Amino acid sequence: MSAIAESIFTPELAARFDKLVTIYPLKRSALVPMLLYAQDEIGYVSDAAVAEIAQRLDLLELDVRNVLSYYSMLRTVPAGKYNVQVCTNISCMLRGGFELLQHCKDTLHIGHKGVTPDGLFSLEEVECIGACCWAPAVQVNYDFHEDLTPAKMDAVLDIYRAKAKTNGGEAK
Amino acid sequence: MPTLVSHPDEVKVISRRFGTGAADIEKYIEQDGYKAAQMALENGPEWILNTMKASGLRGRGGAGFPTGMKWSFVPKESAKPKYVLVNGDESEPGTCKDHVIFLHDPHAVIEGTMIAGLAIGAKMGFIYLRGEYRYLLNIVEKAVADAYAKGFLGKNIFGKEGVDFDIITQTGAGAYEVGEESALMESLEGKRGVPRIKPPFPAVVGLYGGPTVINNAETIAAAPHILLMGGEAYAKLGSERNGGTRLFGISGHVERPGVYELPMGYSMRKAIYDVAGGIKGGKKLKAVVPGGASCPVLRADEIDVGLDFDQMAKAGTMLGSGGIVVLDETVSIVEFALRTIRFYQHESCGWCIPCREGTDWIKKTLTRFHAGGGNKKDIDNIQYLAENMMGRTFCPLGDAAAMPTLGFVKKFRKEFEEYLEGARVEHPLIQIQPVGEPELAGAH
Amino acid sequence: MPDVNFTVDGQKLTAPAGTLLIDACKSAGIEIPAFCYYPGLSLQAACRMCVVRIEKAPKLATACTTTVAEGMNVTTESPEIAQARKATLQMLLGNHPLDCPVCDAGGECELQDMTFKYGAADSFYAEPKNHRDEQKWSPVVYFDRPRCILCYRCVRMCGEGMDVFALGIQNRGSSSVIAPNVPAQLSPEDIPNLDCEQCGMCIDACPVGALTSGAYRYKTRPWEMNHVATVCTHCGDGCKTTLGVRSVSEGSEIIRGDNRDKSGINGDFLCNKGRYAFDFANNIERLTSPLIRKDGKLKPVSWEEALTYAGTNLRKLRDERGADSIGVIGSNRTTNEENYLLQKFARTVIGTNNIDHHRTADYAAFAAAVAGKATASQRDILSAPAVLIIGGDPTVQAPLTAWNLRTAVRLNQARLYIANHGDIKLKRQAKAFTEVTEFGYGSFIDTLSGGNEFADAVRKEEKLVVLLGNEVRGANLSKLTAAFPDAKFALLADYANSRGAADMGMLPDVLPGYQPLGAAAFADEYKTSGNPGLNLVEMFDAALSGELSALYVVGSNPVARYNIEPASLAKTFLIVQDLFLTETALLADVVFPAANLYEKSGSVTNSYGDLQLVSKAADKAGTRSDFELIVRLADKFGHEIKQLVPFGKGLRADMGQSRGAQSGEADRHSIWLTANNMEPKLSPFDPFAILDEIQRLVPGYDKLRRLQLLSGNDQHIEPNAGDLVQIANRNDLVLPSHDTLFTSGSLTRFSPQLQDVQRHQDREVADHLAAD
Repeated sequence: MSAIAESIFTPELAARFDKLVTIYPLKRSALVPMLLYAQDEIGYVSDAAVAEIAQRLDLLELDVRNVLSYYSMLRTVPAGKYNVQVCTNISCMLRGGFELLQHCKDTLHIGHKGVTPDGLFSLEEVECIGACCWAPAVQVNYDFHEDLTPAKMDAVLDIYRAKAKTNGGEAK
Repeated sequence: MPTLVSHPDEVKVISRRFGTGAADIEKYIEQDGYKAAQMALENGPEWILNTMKASGLRGRGGAGFPTGMKWSFVPKESAKPKYVLVNGDESEPGTCKDHVIFLHDPHAVIEGTMIAGLAIGAKMGFIYLRGEYRYLLNIVEKAVADAYAKGFLGKNIFGKEGVDFDIITQTGAGAYEVGEESALMESLEGKRGVPRIKPPFPAVVGLYGGPTVINNAETIAAAPHILLMGGEAYAKLGSERNGGTRLFGISGHVERPGVYELPMGYSMRKAIYDVAGGIKGGKKLKAVVPGGASCPVLRADEIDVGLDFDQMAKAGTMLGSGGIVVLDETVSIVEFALRTIRFYQHESCGWCIPCREGTDWIKKTLTRFHAGGGNKKDIDNIQYLAENMMGRTFCPLGDAAAMPTLGFVKKFRKEFEEYLEGARVEHPLIQIQPVGEPELAGAH
Repeated sequence: MPDVNFTVDGQKLTAPAGTLLIDACKSAGIEIPAFCYYPGLSLQAACRMCVVRIEKAPKLATACTTTVAEGMNVTTESPEIAQARKATLQMLLGNHPLDCPVCDAGGECELQDMTFKYGAADSFYAEPKNHRDEQKWSPVVYFDRPRCILCYRCVRMCGEGMDVFALGIQNRGSSSVIAPNVPAQLSPEDIPNLDCEQCGMCIDACPVGALTSGAYRYKTRPWEMNHVATVCTHCGDGCKTTLGVRSVSEGSEIIRGDNRDKSGINGDFLCNKGRYAFDFANNIERLTSPLIRKDGKLKPVSWEEALTYAGTNLRKLRDERGADSIGVIGSNRTTNEENYLLQKFARTVIGTNNIDHHRTADYAAFAAAVAGKATASQRDILSAPAVLIIGGDPTVQAPLTAWNLRTAVRLNQARLYIANHGDIKLKRQAKAFTEVTEFGYGSFIDTLSGGNEFADAVRKEEKLVVLLGNEVRGANLSKLTAAFPDAKFALLADYANSRGAADMGMLPDVLPGYQPLGAAAFADEYKTSGNPGLNLVEMFDAALSGELSALYVVGSNPVARYNIEPASLAKTFLIVQDLFLTETALLADVVFPAANLYEKSGSVTNSYGDLQLVSKAADKAGTRSDFELIVRLADKFGHEIKQLVPFGKGLRADMGQSRGAQSGEADRHSIWLTANNMEPKLSPFDPFAILDEIQRLVPGYDKLRRLQLLSGNDQHIEPNAGDLVQIANRNDLVLPSHDTLFTSGSLTRFSPQLQDVQRHQDREVADHLAAD
């Protein structure tokens, strides 16, 4: 039984959130994790998510938005089912990061923060993801893919295309 | 999966369990796991502090503050609860060392947190990982759960009556500034990652207002090893006033990029040419960014320096996070400087004027310059702006942005001037950005 | 705390330990520039303008976050520091738009001032400037992001200061932006919106023109205005508002209201009404010509005709039907002088005690209850360590009081004890809150003698201020003062001069200063009847039964307020003096166009008894001050004006002749003037002539210090009721106005600003205010 009467989250996530507010000395500490986990489930942080999270933490919606807008992983508009994040920071740049990015743009026919028409992929140029010694590196959602070349990148994208098919097809 | 590398010159202290599956608690225990914590419990705070001070361990996140001294700043008595906060935000470009620690030896971080807690009298520790490290967070969470199951965490740890210690793992959501210790606390408290006014310092007023010790993950992970081997023994491994070893992530144009554990004071030239196998494809070295993007660049003729905090400072740069980024002759410093300032402009928290406006301005000027619309005055202007950001900002990010910029412009000024005359490298790395509406950071 | 000795720019200074360096320097006359530092709000250290060089510190330090230390050696001006400030300004001016020529802040802009001082005007910025379009967040608040320097004053002012928290910071880096609490996607026109108290504090706090007010935008440049500081005409707090006035063809018009002059009891604070609701004064519906009812319709006539008609008719009715068939109703918004004059007119010209006004608090009972004790002034609210608040809702009814309470809690850890029948917003700052039923204040007061948690906590307080809403009336007031003999009391009423109206005797059964009708001091001069007159409700009852031959209404709208049946005034000769054709004026036989509180001089007394001067700011052709109108009416009535208003030299008795002061026939007023070193006033229309008499006769006001008043300072007046005859229970005559932050009695519908703000707030879908 969730603490919130009509939670917009799945029962599992709602239960997780119920628990999350109890573990910290001050429950506001649950805010950043909650936002990210809500996004993991919904695909982005919707207005309804903001409202419910504000309610769970006794915060103003304004407070929630102030925090949400600061962090670059959090988004208020949907991305693709698989968000391809290409690092072009210094170590990756030196080992072909920009080529990789261009390759993704050419292959997926979308630009930075773009989403493919079928909603399967979105593309983002990101800052250093902490895989510098295995550059160039890319994250797809939370998965790391390292030591890439354009060809290897194609193979990576195919993995996700296959995953999407077995999971019942296209993204919502 | 990030590959593990090795080299005979390595002195494996922190990395000794890498590749042995030590994320599994049983394997960890087999390799002296949680022995140090029990020693700490037995011998008490004074012993821990003395050992840590004797070790000469200095913060591995970049600031290089002596760890033992930092822990001893925490007052004995406190009306508010005390905390340990492990900084796993690792966002300094060129740095991936904490990545391998979390992956291969998460229990060392947990044990180190406990040890810090016992030293200062804290009952709770937080391990904060950057948002992008989700798979590592899962590993750490499992490790924490296993430690609880064994009674190493929770109430009466290791069966010691009345000694409790809890660990909470926390995710970030994408912000470099959060790596700054007070911004880290703000993020953990559920706020925007903007730093705090200091003083008061975290050791006195930190998380939720209570005394807090904040350490980089690598620093914390070193603690159990130090207690096991003894402070002096650890200190001896390194150089004068720079005890022990550290993880160096060597990346860029080298044959064998990877994370290597080398003694403090090890020669940078040897690190690049011996350990990492020299310049990729036999090319010539042009420059080295020696400790992550925030450290002033060294020219190819400046790499004869020992890799410790003091020697690097004397050479006009910093040891930083140990992320050694190697540039060969094909790299355009103009492009490199542009990409560097783009990073800081994107990550500036925006709180104070010099950083917020300075990074934005320099980025715009360099963008125009790189696109071919520059003039001689621009080089002076960039230098002026960077010089006027130094020491003026609310937190060190301003310096972190200004110092490398100054390094590039001063040491490679000729290259900038030649760029104006149309000199270009054969294979530019950056697509020319149209000079127009700058991209907006954040969720929008 | 021990004092600390330190050196600044070679000067040896001393300050208490814990003082911020920037404040210590300011006290010594050393001004350190700052954008983000704002006294009373939390520290930011974001603008980096206040950097100073402290010996032995490696970097420049911000003076706003440095506390003074023994032996500290500080330099606040040097080439290094000038360069640091110059560079900071240059960086700020990079993205800053070239709006100076049109920006509202032009000429009053802290960024302009600093740029001028530090020579940052030579710009080498050659890049595109970040741009966002300007946004209208509410009828009051407009936001221009390019101009914003991100000093965060507005965010803190709205949060810490106003406890509304409607503003926040979003995004990061150079994309950082100040954001209001209703995001674009949730607001009607798809632009961000502000759901707040529309007080305008953020606009005044903004050092540049990023936040501007809808009331003033692009109307004029500040140097084209004269600025007049006067007292706000709306609620009973007595805030000083600074009105920017410009000459126009019909006189002078108020173009802007703000709190530029921060010298009033309100300090930094001013609310929506004080700032923006001056626009009723410029409403095109202002009466600008006297009107007489002819053939059933109100027709414009000349002053001579109107005054003669009113005066002679009034005289006739008094002579034929008796003085007690005439009633007088005064105003909560006219000055003390006008109220005093009006009751004197009623009592000495007409000869009746049928005087009343719209009572919004029971001040007569209050005066009796606090007799002989000290009462609380508005300033006491700010400095009191403990305040007991019974009834009322200061946030809405007395916003300055609420601000002072919040500030006291925030900065001085004051303790608030609140007893209320509603969930008032101040509850958030309360140390203890207890619920009272709406009509149960009397029985609640009984519980305060002790034996319960709330009462025991309150009774422990040594220095207590008791702040009362109008729910506490009659005998309950004296019960309270008896229960807390050492506390200081205050009673909140509505409107700018309700307290003044009561103090000046606009009541049927007391004389000015709450003196009994037969009181000696007045009796000799007034020669009034000792019988109480009709109160307001009784007057209308008399009108209904045909017994009220005439009614003179000044600055009041009782027909609307008391829901009077219009037909009941059919047999009453009604004279109305007002700004607009209110419901009451529409029924009148004669209407005089009056000036409002911003267009006259005199004094007003706030709810607490703090007396202040009002200054004439605007001027409207065709209107006259109420004071002048009363005098003229008395004149046409056939009364000797010198007996009504003590003006002119050699008033009544010839001082040099044999009958001197002892004879009793000499002019007491002249003697008093001489004794007090004051000159007689020369004009019958000079309110200060009446102020002289007020000072001479009215207990409490006899202590007023003229220089204090004329300097624009407030002073506290104790009611000093003396031996007051037991007042009859008049609970039912108190009728609160129930005004909110966005209404002000009958003026509401004539203020476009208030109308706009009400409309804006009503449209909000979700309620975003902090109190929820």
